[in-house]
Amino acid sequence: MHIKRNAKQHIRVPTYTPKRFYGHGIPGLDVNKLTGKLIVVEGADGSGRSTQISRLVEWFEGSGHATVQVGLKHSTLVSKELDKAKQGNILSHTTLSLFYATDFADQLENSIIPALRAGFMVLADRYIYTLMARDMVRGMDDAWLKNLYGMALEPDAVFYLNVSAEQLVQRNFAKNLTLDYWESGIDLGLSRDWFDCFVQYQALIARQFQRLQTIYGFTIVDGNRSLEEVNADLRCKIEQVLVEK
Amino acid sequence: MKTFAELGYPGRLIAVEGLDGSGKSTQIYLLKRWLELQGLKVFFSEWNSSELVKSATTKGKKQELLTPTTFSLIHATDFADRYERQLVPLLRAGYVVLCDRYIFTAFARDTVRKCPPAWVRGIYNFAALPDLTFFFKAELEVSLQRILDGRPQLKYFEAGMDMKLSPDPYESFRVFQGRILEQYLAMTTEFHFLVIDANQAIETQQSVVRELVASKLNLAAFTLAKM
Repeated sequence: MHIKRNAKQHIRVPTYTPKRFYGHGIPGLDVNKLTGKLIVVEGADGSGRSTQISRLVEWFEGSGHATVQVGLKHSTLVSKELDKAKQGNILSHTTLSLFYATDFADQLENSIIPALRAGFMVLADRYIYTLMARDMVRGMDDAWLKNLYGMALEPDAVFYLNVSAEQLVQRNFAKNLTLDYWESGIDLGLSRDWFDCFVQYQALIARQFQRLQTIYGFTIVDGNRSLEEVNADLRCKIEQVLVEK
Repeated sequence: MKTFAELGYPGRLIAVEGLDGSGKSTQIYLLKRWLELQGLKVFFSEWNSSELVKSATTKGKKQELLTPTTFSLIHATDFADRYERQLVPLLRAGYVVLCDRYIFTAFARDTVRKCPPAWVRGIYNFAALPDLTFFFKAELEVSLQRILDGRPQLKYFEAGMDMKLSPDPYESFRVFQGRILEQYLAMTTEFHFLVIDANQAIETQQSVVRELVASKLNLAAFTLAKM
């Protein structure tokens, strides 16, 4: 990306749009004056999420917007314990679900909201939808999840990178040569064959995302295209978000 | 919400609730001893005791990292872990499960911390109701005195310091406990609390508790099989 060095730069201030929570929200938190924008990128491992996000960070910063990245499972509060729990796979679904929700709440209150208040562009590498989709595949109740994540702030935009299961397998192998236990849903015991598990599990997750899309109305982006094509598409859509009233 | 009996479990769950210093832990311990000495299948579980979750809770509390929302969620996580891994299997196996604090502790504390009550109750709605809930109702001053006499070093969250009720931990604790008591009283009818006058002698309270348990549960059904 090239920015003309001597050109007089006009840096656009994003239009302010009021924020709101999905449900009950967070007690003691004022959502007024959150001038930043919350942009979420969702998609399976191998959908190109992280690459797209780092490109977007570059683009944002190049355009004069202070930017911060957040992701799931990075909170100071519980991320270490969560890793430990996942390694042993000893937690029940409800427990794991609540553990992730705790982690999410910690980040929402301590990273996302303060950054939005300071007028930052917040790029979230996954948000509540991934957490919900994983839980839904594991039989958690929709209404229960909806209430739980009523604490979440409604993002300004949510992009779901939709990539076919075959593509995902190829991209995962190109990166790692092994399939991740959790990303393959091995705990569900769908098959004894990890490859089958991965394909079946990703299909189940994709189905839940389609259901969530009808409720939360996020934008589905065709992730089977080249990195550049997808990024251009995202930038174009985000530009609209920034001027939206 | 239904009780374990209503859900057809062979086991029964007895919970005790009350303020810190109400003497509930002493009472549930004596109840446990009584049941054990009769050769019954008994299991005791304490609030906030799941090993794995505890490390996060301890860290959160020590470093004062918790907000009302994360405080609520981390306790729910702890509860879910104990509930699904221990309580439910034992209740399926016909145990009498004794809980020192149950979901009502969360309802009371989280509501005082201004979490939306419907949100908190929604989170805990995977849990069945206890078959018996004893509420140890002591005068606020008596409970306060018991705690303040014995353990003068109040912890940050225990004293409700996070709510900025008062810069003085003792004063903060008083106000906080008073508000929790209000919440308990408001739940008494809705959740059929068996109210025990905790200002009475330990022995007096224990005989009321034992009588109620004996009359409401068919204790012979929980006899431990001889090996």
